[in-house]
Amino acid sequence: MSEIAHQDHSEKKAFLVNSSSLRDVRSFCRGVFEKLQINNDLKEELVLAIAEAAQNIVKHAFKNNADANELMVVQISCESNKLQIAFYDRGTPVDPKKVKHREIDNVKPGGLGTFFIQEIMDAVEFKDGKKPWINHLVLTKQL
Amino acid sequence: MSYKVTEEGNVATIHLDGEIDMDVTEKAKEVIFPHIEGGKEVHLNLSNVQYMDSSGISVLIESHQKALEKNTKVIIKDVSKSVLKVIMMAKLEQILNLE
Repeated sequence: MSEIAHQDHSEKKAFLVNSSSLRDVRSFCRGVFEKLQINNDLKEELVLAIAEAAQNIVKHAFKNNADANELMVVQISCESNKLQIAFYDRGTPVDPKKVKHREIDNVKPGGLGTFFIQEIMDAVEFKDGKKPWINHLVLTKQL
Repeated sequence: MSYKVTEEGNVATIHLDGEIDMDVTEKAKEVIFPHIEGGKEVHLNLSNVQYMDSSGISVLIESHQKALEKNTKVIIKDVSKSVLKVIMMAKLEQILNLE
């Protein structure tokens, strides 16, 4: 747990759903975490978790319905030293029961993104997306 | 991502530069795999890679496994602290050849 009292802050940004947006997602996150004065090691872990979640939207939620104009929104909020990162998209509805990482000892390409998210964050929760959104993922971590 | 390849004898040294994510994995595979398939020992220098996500880690695993099939090896050299952290999070530090 951080000894720094991080200021309350919230920012959100929309990104096109495609793999070339992932760099912009990381850049947005780094900018917000610098404002929140989160130390570099934790900042890069959080950036990885967020980028993995965004990648899952590109890879899975929009697997069969790629649309060049579709957007995903990333919202980063910090309140009372609790960090909450929300994702909104209009892709294929996610069945939380099917979101699993591979067995970590079964070494093969793929299946690590969800593992990284779970390792880094305190909680991962799929909520009902309110219109116009379909999927609403919330990651939380106590700073 | 940019890259530089030098070859000496049976060793191909590949320097990758930049951030390795889903957007560049196909390019990374196109750079690395032909050397493995040609039976070369590949030295993958990651000193200038400051960020790698699960897609990049998958390229390292696939390269390693492809090399085993071809009776050669991929040695990952000069890995940056930030990328080493991700390799360790994936519990691959004993699987991949790190130098």
